[in-house]
Amino acid sequence: MSSNTLDLDTLIRRDYAAGFVTDMDADTVPPGLSEDVIRLISAKKNEPQFLLEWRLKAYRHWLSMETPQWAQVHYPPIDYQAISYYSAPKRKGDGPSSLDEVDPKLIETYNKLGIPLQEQEMLAGVAVDAVFDSVSVATTFKDKLAKMGIIFCSFSEAVREHPDLVEQYLGSVVPPGDNFYAALNSAVFTDGSFVYIPRGVRCPMELSTYFRINASNTGQFERTLIIADEASHVSYLEGCTAPMRDENQLHAAVVELVALKDAQIKYSTVQNWYPGDEEGRGGIYNFVTKRGACRGDNAKISWTQVETGSAITWKYPSVLLEGDNSVGEFYSVALTNNRQQADTGTKMIHIGKNTSSTIISKGISAGRGQNAYRGLVKVLKGAENARNYTQCDSLLMGDRCGAHTFPYIEVRNRSAQVEHEATTSKIGDDQLFYCRQRGLSEEDAVSMIVNGFCKQVFNVLPMEFAVEAQKLLDISLEGAVG
Amino acid sequence: MLSIKNLHAQVDGKQILNGIELEVKPGEVHAIMGPNGSGKSTLANVLAGRDNYTVTDGELIYEGKNLRELAPEERAREGVFLAFQYPVEIPGVSNIYLLKAALNAQRKHRGEQELDAIDFIALVKEKMKLVEMKEELLYRSVNEGFSGGEKKRNEILQMMVLEPKLAILDETDSGLDIDALKVVAQGVNSLRSKEHAVILVTHYQRLLDYIVPDYVHVLAQGKIVKSGGRELALDLEKRGYGWIDQPDNAKSATVGAGS
Amino acid sequence: MSATEDFKSSSCRDYGQHEATLPGQQLAWIRSLRGDALEQFKTHGLPLGGDEAWKYTDLKALNRRTFEVASQAPAIEPQQARTQSLIEAPCARLVFVDGLFARALSSASLPVGVSVASLAETLQTDAAALEGRLGQQVEIAQPGFSALNTALMADGAYICVHRDTPVSEPIELLFLSSGSPDRAAHVRNLFVLESGASAVVVENHAALGDGAYFTDIVSEIFIDEHASLQHYKVQRDGVQAFHFAGTHIRQHRNGHYVAHTVDLGGRLVRNTVSASLAGEGAECTLNGLYVASGRQHVDHHTRIDHLVPHAISREQYKGVLDGRARGIFSGRVVVHPHAQQSDAQQAHDSLLLSDDAEADSRPQLEIYADDVKCSHGSTVGQLDDDALFYLRARGIGLEHGRELLVRAFAAGVVAQMQFEPLRARLDQLVGEKLAAANLSGTR
Repeated sequence: MSSNTLDLDTLIRRDYAAGFVTDMDADTVPPGLSEDVIRLISAKKNEPQFLLEWRLKAYRHWLSMETPQWAQVHYPPIDYQAISYYSAPKRKGDGPSSLDEVDPKLIETYNKLGIPLQEQEMLAGVAVDAVFDSVSVATTFKDKLAKMGIIFCSFSEAVREHPDLVEQYLGSVVPPGDNFYAALNSAVFTDGSFVYIPRGVRCPMELSTYFRINASNTGQFERTLIIADEASHVSYLEGCTAPMRDENQLHAAVVELVALKDAQIKYSTVQNWYPGDEEGRGGIYNFVTKRGACRGDNAKISWTQVETGSAITWKYPSVLLEGDNSVGEFYSVALTNNRQQADTGTKMIHIGKNTSSTIISKGISAGRGQNAYRGLVKVLKGAENARNYTQCDSLLMGDRCGAHTFPYIEVRNRSAQVEHEATTSKIGDDQLFYCRQRGLSEEDAVSMIVNGFCKQVFNVLPMEFAVEAQKLLDISLEGAVG
Repeated sequence: MLSIKNLHAQVDGKQILNGIELEVKPGEVHAIMGPNGSGKSTLANVLAGRDNYTVTDGELIYEGKNLRELAPEERAREGVFLAFQYPVEIPGVSNIYLLKAALNAQRKHRGEQELDAIDFIALVKEKMKLVEMKEELLYRSVNEGFSGGEKKRNEILQMMVLEPKLAILDETDSGLDIDALKVVAQGVNSLRSKEHAVILVTHYQRLLDYIVPDYVHVLAQGKIVKSGGRELALDLEKRGYGWIDQPDNAKSATVGAGS
Repeated sequence: MSATEDFKSSSCRDYGQHEATLPGQQLAWIRSLRGDALEQFKTHGLPLGGDEAWKYTDLKALNRRTFEVASQAPAIEPQQARTQSLIEAPCARLVFVDGLFARALSSASLPVGVSVASLAETLQTDAAALEGRLGQQVEIAQPGFSALNTALMADGAYICVHRDTPVSEPIELLFLSSGSPDRAAHVRNLFVLESGASAVVVENHAALGDGAYFTDIVSEIFIDEHASLQHYKVQRDGVQAFHFAGTHIRQHRNGHYVAHTVDLGGRLVRNTVSASLAGEGAECTLNGLYVASGRQHVDHHTRIDHLVPHAISREQYKGVLDGRARGIFSGRVVVHPHAQQSDAQQAHDSLLLSDDAEADSRPQLEIYADDVKCSHGSTVGQLDDDALFYLRARGIGLEHGRELLVRAFAAGVVAQMQFEPLRARLDQLVGEKLAAANLSGTR
């Protein structure tokens, strides 16, 4: 039996469990966006001049840009002046230097979310950076990792402690003007995680960041930068939740990955932002730009995502296959229930020789959910012997939802082999009856069949996440079958 | 154990069963035979509670409970097992996972401890020997890419692991070679005891060479038109179904051959 | 013509000059159809960027050019028309030169129960037959050529197959271009298959010269209950020609439409097909083959709407690209809410024969019903090395082997054509085009 298979009988069906609010004293900048606000954010973080300039340049560019319209998602225009761009829990002095100094309320919040920050309580082998609204509040295992030369810290700290690395790589994969939301993020990003794995080092534990939106009327604009130096390996996990609110909150993050020669990065996400209620009130707008560059030969970047949350998801974790023999992978499960909308997929840009990419996308639509796969496979002229295999499967539950597949295939080299397949199916009555005849409840049967549908993706998730992901799917599907 | 009275049923609005009467006691093996389209499979599916198989009239009492009121999974947990004529494929769900989930759902229902992975595997391996099934099939997706024979063996394996009180085999013998047929028979015979009852739905009598039934019933146009012992099946083998009187003029025959 | 004039302004000027003499202008509904369309064209113009439907086809070069319509059809020798015909047997044939009807070249051997005529003439003589059909199936409120065509439509074929009339003889529509540079032709076709009718239409576009001329064709096709149409479109325009075709089909209950499109010519070619499956049991099959070399650009853009339950659609497109050619396939299948039991399959395969050829593919599914069978597949690649090696190991030379494999790839589409007499002719034409293209693999 696969070690990832969840014992469904132990599952407790529950509502969005992460929907509580932590009552915190917060240092929140009034709503509004201007050069002054950007200067204020930069000043609060004691940033070097280059970064302020970088932000302002991005902001000026953003002003000239328009909201992208091509995605299969619908929402009223966002008032960017109504959002507060900085909110941080108040703290004494310069902030905590160890976990003992972190506000107990924050520790408790993360405990409630199942992310115990105290190292002794930790799941063995996972280091956590906890980002609360606009700032990182704690990072565990930092010192132990530092002994191996691994840098794992908040983005703000990286700016202070490792400005050279930040300056060298920031924006090198996702340029500040890349797209509307990336430009906005570049102007106002507040915190996030930073990882550097030195040459030849295999990171001994999973690194993870847990993002939490707490304050109201704020957006979260975090920035993550992961650099895997030559022949290094790292596996990184990301989780996200937010309170239940009737308003929509914006989450516009940027993640940049750089894998140098022979390096490997595996980036896994379980996204469980508040999806809004059954009528589509509230929920997070998750407009995220994630991209990795295989910058050297034989580099490999693998994205795995399980997207069950957010009112709207708009993200396309991508790989630039620059080095010869480099490998890009994208494994995705996206579920939309009630009135959730997702437009998600990937871009695989084949640039070097003998590059290969694999895309496995599983979309599940239930309720009135709309789920679109959008992906680009591009083989540039010099990319000899590029290979791509794409498989997009959609599962529909009920006749009010939608499942859409929009692949883009662009080939400029005749030695390429690009293959795309897509199917659409529903859960068969025969399958349900068979399972029920063996004594499973209808809900368990659905859950089992959905998990089976997603198996190709769950199999590549790290263990801790696989269980979490399956639980989330079950919760998100609650009520999807009548 | 099972008492069927005046059972009428429709499939997708079409009347198929027209007044079935059947009593099954613990320990008995009943064979239901009949030509194609006589309603044999419908009866099996109605007993299991399939969705668009609607009971329009009559009684279905199992162990004192009204089966008509129970959902398919509740019937299963009470010990009613249907070996499907066409077992479905469920991509991505491993065979062994389904088996474990099913067994534990039933154990839980009976208030028994759920089996842990080790005890469960031991149990399955023991049963597998009897059905001569390749172990790798356990780890494949349910019925996906199985041959016809493998699917049927898999049904028998599930039956043996779940040890139902009432097993209904819906044409489990069709399309099987003689070796597979023996395996099916072995499985059913191993289940035979004072507590368990079996209903064999079959078109051919050859399965009955290996599983000797206590009673044989002949179904035609949705009614049992003739009942008898093992020798009835042999008669059918020799003479085909043609000599069976149609239900309208066969009332006396039914009564006369009553068990 | 002023130095700043572009495609749009010259087209509008054309309209101004010819407005009074365009066919059907004596009728209020035609005047308003054209007038509305002109307004739409003025509003939307050409898609010159940012339009997803035109993502891979750049019209900026076209937009810098200006074209003029012919005031009358240039004279053509009957022999010239005959050699371009695809059907040897006598049949109903309408010939158009530069978009205008050439009566002298046409033959009117019509089966009973069928009307085949020039659209312009029908607008003069029997416009009532067109009302309620003409302009009803094409969407003009968008950038592109539909609005332009509706405003400026000059002539084309009107085919009406009457109720319960099966017509097995083909009807050929031969669109010849004189090849005069900067010549514009706005062709409008209307095919109506009434209940229970069936027909075979061969739409044949050919050129007598190599100028940079412009053709836009809009065909509206109505397939009523239990009617069926086999529609062949063969395009052999000149090497500098611009060819824009929009085919818009509406199918009612059990109506069948089968299209085979073969593109061999043209510099910039765009085929837009939109099919509305509006009755249960409707079946739509779109097959296409394009062979492009040199700097040819061939864009297929299809959309099939499953509006009701139990309709079937099948699409299979294949492209062979050589030289610096670019081939595009963009196919969307939309299954609307409640269109349960829809069955849609779509496949696009392209073969790149040279280092500079490009292929873009966008198969798309948009599904709003759960009980459906939909799939699409797309491949881009080169010839199968193993197959090539196998042939060589059997003693077949490299070049011959390549040719065999490319022909085999292309033959799949031609072989599916039901209308047998056309197959041999097309095999030959495709073979000639492939032979002219560089199959040797050396460059």
